[in-house]
Amino acid sequence: MAVSDSPPRTDGPRPRLRTPPVAPRPRGHRGRGRGSAGRASVDVVLLVFSLLYLVPLLWMVLASVSSRSGFELTAPSPTTANFRAVLDAETTYRPMLNGLLLCGGGTLVCVLCSVLAAYPLSRMRSRLRRPFLYTVLFSTGLPITAVMIPVYSMFVQVDLIDSMLATTLFLGAAALPFGIWLMKSFMDGVPIVLEEAARIDGATSMQVLWRIVLPLMRPGVVVVTVFTFIGMWGNFFVPFVLLLSPEKLPASVSVFTFLSAHNQTQYGQLSAFSIIYSVPVLMLYLLLARRLGGGFALGGAVKG
Amino acid sequence: MSSVPAAPSRAPLRGLLRGLPLLPSLVLLLVFLAGPIGYCVYYAFTDLQLTGASGTNFVGLRNFTRAFDDPDFLNAVELTLVFVVGSAVIGQNSLGLALAALMEKASKPVRSITGAVVVAAWVLPEVVAGYLMYAFFYQQGSLNAILRLLHLPQQNWLYTLPILAVCIANVWRGTAFSMLVFSAALSEVPKELVEAAEMDGAGPWQRLWRVTLPVIRRAVLTNLMLVTLQTLSVFGLIYTMTRGGPGNSSQTLPVFMYQQAFQNSLIGYGTAVALVLLAVGGVFSAVYIRMLKVEED
Repeated sequence: MAVSDSPPRTDGPRPRLRTPPVAPRPRGHRGRGRGSAGRASVDVVLLVFSLLYLVPLLWMVLASVSSRSGFELTAPSPTTANFRAVLDAETTYRPMLNGLLLCGGGTLVCVLCSVLAAYPLSRMRSRLRRPFLYTVLFSTGLPITAVMIPVYSMFVQVDLIDSMLATTLFLGAAALPFGIWLMKSFMDGVPIVLEEAARIDGATSMQVLWRIVLPLMRPGVVVVTVFTFIGMWGNFFVPFVLLLSPEKLPASVSVFTFLSAHNQTQYGQLSAFSIIYSVPVLMLYLLLARRLGGGFALGGAVKG
Repeated sequence: MSSVPAAPSRAPLRGLLRGLPLLPSLVLLLVFLAGPIGYCVYYAFTDLQLTGASGTNFVGLRNFTRAFDDPDFLNAVELTLVFVVGSAVIGQNSLGLALAALMEKASKPVRSITGAVVVAAWVLPEVVAGYLMYAFFYQQGSLNAILRLLHLPQQNWLYTLPILAVCIANVWRGTAFSMLVFSAALSEVPKELVEAAEMDGAGPWQRLWRVTLPVIRRAVLTNLMLVTLQTLSVFGLIYTMTRGGPGNSSQTLPVFMYQQAFQNSLIGYGTAVALVLLAVGGVFSAVYIRMLKVEED
């Protein structure tokens, strides 16, 4: 998986290239010998660590294909019974579809609104711009968990509890501050020259945005979209609080009720469902990391 | 500013028109975030209850004084501090740095494997991560199996040390973020700087403390802020693993808030707690912004 090797090495000229190539290396053999011994021990340490880190994931995979699954890491007696047992409308298909509707819709709302909002924020000079940007940045830090109780009370009063549309909009809104911020920093990277040329030819702002700016920042849009979706897909608290009907619950909540409603004997099925539920985001992240490099995605968040 | 000076009366209109694309976001943010936060402030001063509501009364600071007199609330504050400092400030931050530093020196396949494993735990949905960690720490779970293999004493982790278990779980789940941030930062440390220090006879630790860390100081601070903010609002992971229990021994503020508001139907009280949580988050967020210093342009 091209996750770790890509991030730091993609952008810009690498600093080490600036080292004068003529400088003689004074350490010769000693340096190289120590280096490879050091590398081997580092490799061993990291491999042991990775193995430990992997144990819970490994347990899930093994439990999902073993017929007698407890909490131990069991030698698998391979079976597909667990997967077959959960692959029905009630356990898997409907929660996944609900998740897709909620998170897909929320992502669409968030990406559309943040593209629109990012454009004036990136291009327009106004006294209101900086305060607005500060507010957006400030809201990215607010613990969204803490907003859920007032949101719940508000939804109760206007009778929006258990509404998938309202939940979708809330998910979109909650992701907006980060979306706007990220989108704006990507948009800042698009040179303004082409835009001016188009304007001289008589294009309107919206035409410039859709025909020129957006195509040039497609990777940025992809990053925002994928990250927003992954975040929503894993979000448990929002649908847990705002939705009630079992037939509206997305996978994030149904896996939880699954967990609390069943006892030990069905951990195999629970693991199988967890895997099915996790695969979409793992694939999406992999796609993103392969194509764009993981560090790229974080650039906007960390460099500001 | 750079546009052709228009007639003064048209300028504000044009500005308004160009700001129009902001409108959808503005509406959503006002209705779904600013609105609830405003409500939150209002509710926190009332005795609102969801069941058998016989009118809501203004109770002033009573929710807050009640909170600070409530041993359960103070317990939650304490556990939140332990959780944030233990799992985010110390755990994720230093493990992330260690991993990033080691990965710089590792061979490429090992680097890929480590990165993939750590990131996989991060991308996994919160509830799934909670479930896996529950199984890991369960009495008959993998951790005790490993300890038995090593002839080390075993524990019923989720009962005896639940807060430690959720801290480790959060480190397991969240370290990838710090690792990615630090990997990016370390790759920008000029190699000649480190080599110069090495030639001057600085050992690995000295190079780390005196050269590398000062150079990546900004990334460290930013990362600290972000992981603190993220950890402050962790709910699903803890709720899946322990429900805050046994008793209230892993009940951090989000869990406490949830249980007061929804299980005890004390919306007003729960909201006051939420407000405290928001305020703490707000302070961290403000510090974070000051550190970032939005570029002036």
